[in-house]
Amino acid sequence: MSDLLDILLTAGFWAATVRIVSPLIFGTLGELICERAGVLNLGIEGIMTVGAMCGWMWVYQGGDLWGGVIFAASMGALFGLLHASFTVYLGLSQHVTGIGITLFASSLSYFVYRMLLPSATTPPKIAPFQNLEIPVLSDIPLIGEALFNQSPLTYLALLCVPVVWYVLHRTPIGLAVRMAGENPVAVEAQGIDVLAVRTGAVMVGSALMAVGGAFITMSWFDAFYFGMVNGRGWICVALVIFASWKPGKALLGAFLFAGLEAMQVRAQQSAGAFIPYQFFLMLPYVMSILAMIIMARRAQYPQALLVPFRRGERV
Amino acid sequence: MSRLSFKQISKRFGSLVANDSISLSLDPGEIMALLGENGAGKTTLMNILFGHYEADEGSIEVDGKQLTPGSTEAAIQAGIGMVHQHFTLADNLTVIENIILGTESLWSWRHGLSAARRKLIDMSERYSLVIDPDAQAGALSIGERQRIEILKALYRGARILILDEPTAVLTPQETENLFVTLRSLTAKGLSVIFISHKLHEILAISDRISILRRGKIVDTIKTSEASRSELAEKMVGEVVTRPQLEAMQPGAPVLTLAGLSAYGDDKFPLLNSVDLTIHAHEIVGIAGVAGNGQTALADVLSGLNRDYSGELKLHGDTLTDAGPSDFVARGIGRIPEDRHVRGMIGDMQIWENLISEDLRSEQILKWKIVINKDAAIKRAEHLIERFDVRCEGPQAQTKLLSGGNIQKLILARALSPEPDFILANQPVRGLDEGAIAYVQEQLFDARKRGAAILLISEDLDELLSLCDRIAVMYQGNLSEAVPTPTRTVTELGLMMAGQVIHAN
Repeated sequence: MSDLLDILLTAGFWAATVRIVSPLIFGTLGELICERAGVLNLGIEGIMTVGAMCGWMWVYQGGDLWGGVIFAASMGALFGLLHASFTVYLGLSQHVTGIGITLFASSLSYFVYRMLLPSATTPPKIAPFQNLEIPVLSDIPLIGEALFNQSPLTYLALLCVPVVWYVLHRTPIGLAVRMAGENPVAVEAQGIDVLAVRTGAVMVGSALMAVGGAFITMSWFDAFYFGMVNGRGWICVALVIFASWKPGKALLGAFLFAGLEAMQVRAQQSAGAFIPYQFFLMLPYVMSILAMIIMARRAQYPQALLVPFRRGERV
Repeated sequence: MSRLSFKQISKRFGSLVANDSISLSLDPGEIMALLGENGAGKTTLMNILFGHYEADEGSIEVDGKQLTPGSTEAAIQAGIGMVHQHFTLADNLTVIENIILGTESLWSWRHGLSAARRKLIDMSERYSLVIDPDAQAGALSIGERQRIEILKALYRGARILILDEPTAVLTPQETENLFVTLRSLTAKGLSVIFISHKLHEILAISDRISILRRGKIVDTIKTSEASRSELAEKMVGEVVTRPQLEAMQPGAPVLTLAGLSAYGDDKFPLLNSVDLTIHAHEIVGIAGVAGNGQTALADVLSGLNRDYSGELKLHGDTLTDAGPSDFVARGIGRIPEDRHVRGMIGDMQIWENLISEDLRSEQILKWKIVINKDAAIKRAEHLIERFDVRCEGPQAQTKLLSGGNIQKLILARALSPEPDFILANQPVRGLDEGAIAYVQEQLFDARKRGAAILLISEDLDELLSLCDRIAVMYQGNLSEAVPTPTRTVTELGLMMAGQVIHAN
């Protein structure tokens, strides 16, 4: 027990938590926007991979860092458009399309990487985002370093939470998005193009996912290699349910998961002698499932989630 | 000048002519009823007006100006508001959110929520349509949700209000409230198109009636000069007479309920010690406002809810612990309340639905485990013919059929094994005249051969004309079932509202 407390009291633990949480926030918000519009986007894992590859490659080829982020976001939006054309316009199964996009986008990323760097053996590194230290605030003990001496992308992720909340809940376009996920016929009856609203939401959401992927290569590992998104996309899908489709709760859930993840790495080191390390690897997922059972019991699903909308069809 | 005029509107779906050169006009402050059976083309015509469909021929003018076809936005701009038959509300959003959708520029950075709330409260006072702007839409009653739909149209400045089968889901009291609202709206200059196939409502509310049959306007008459029988004949195209109940001596008890109580989630009581005996050759009706335990009773009697206490006996044998398939096997025929949800699986073919209650029967199985499709299709063909189901054949998709034909399929499945007890839950709701007469005839035939029938309905007229005995359900309590003629409509209405009236 005291080992756990020791971990909680190290600044390194908090800094790691905040690093781990950043891509999760982007991914969860992106998935949340898609699902609020009624479209499940299981392409997330692949779209994050695309973002990771594109952002990194842009910089590796001599582009600047923010240009890389924008490039990653645009490519994410493009794959979002692909997902939307199948699921929104053609009304195909969102599950099958999403998994297809994940397989396609992941493989394509490695393919392009190999095409451009055929002979690289150890993954080459780029100069990543430098931490941006916020004066005074970063001197707060324990969490100061963690929260206020971070990559600009982390600040962007944290900023996205209130922005997404505001847009979804306080603007007409946000209302149209939420309505499209609840009752698309109502949107149609008000003279708004449901398909356009849903496509837009999926594209914006996918762009955010891709930025989450870009964080991993541009602000964390500095390199791109095989399998590096490593299930983070799927965690985001679960976090959206955990969050009951609310951005604030999504932030909470992402921090909880990231904290557990940062904790388990450190617990492995201190208790690894007695307990197999696989047990610790498993821990965040077990805890997430437990938390989800508790939190998501009374969640109100967007009622038109997974339901394709076709104009003029008999109901 | 008329507010709205249709000029020779035609619309075809494949070989089906849904609207055939329809011309109509609507004056300011007028309530025009559009009367027609299901499938006559009423909803298609309104969908053309509202821009959901584009007409193949013809045009529409609002205040003398031509309306852009196929654009919902143009229709709203021109002052047309539509209250759909299936409400277009988002249950998880608030009333005000539901209403302001589409009224603001999508790219504005914020809602004008306080102004919108003021406008809504002001409007709901002006038209006496009381509503809490911040309530969640899903938590409101059906009548209140319809009020939101009307307010939504008015909020957008509608001067022509279209109501598509507005009373189908309302209680009689809510219907009366709706009529009061409509009259006050027309007094303020609004024009209303009221779509329905219920004659007495149309006669009560409209100024003028246009009758639509098979896509054509058959006639337009002033309501003051119309008679019920004339309208019925013009709507159906022939004289439909509903069957009459013949006097008959009841036989032995078939179904006996004694002290039957049932519980829902969290042990919430749904039925409170219900006693009832139904005999052979007898139809017993249960009246009541929806949600007073009728569904719970139907669930117990169809084997879906086994969480009950008390006695449930068929021919004196207790049915404890038997599930739905045992109920069917022991001779209980079930006509469920919602024919689209519980009655039939729309995406499956007709023959599959017809054997779905009989999957263990030797007749449709080969080698005891595989469905003998030929036999099943042969059976379906036979039933389709016997029950006069209009369809392309046993392999047609069930959801493509009209409501009346789907109900005939359910009758075919439930009644062809000649069950001793029949549970008929809202068997004619939403059906047109011809189909109603058909269903009632089938129930009478079953009664004649000796079946005991329980009829659950919210329509008192239906119960009074069909039942030997009648009881009222209120908050899970069932009154004594007494011979129908001993009850007046007023008494039944009071009992439905919870008053206890003992039989004389």
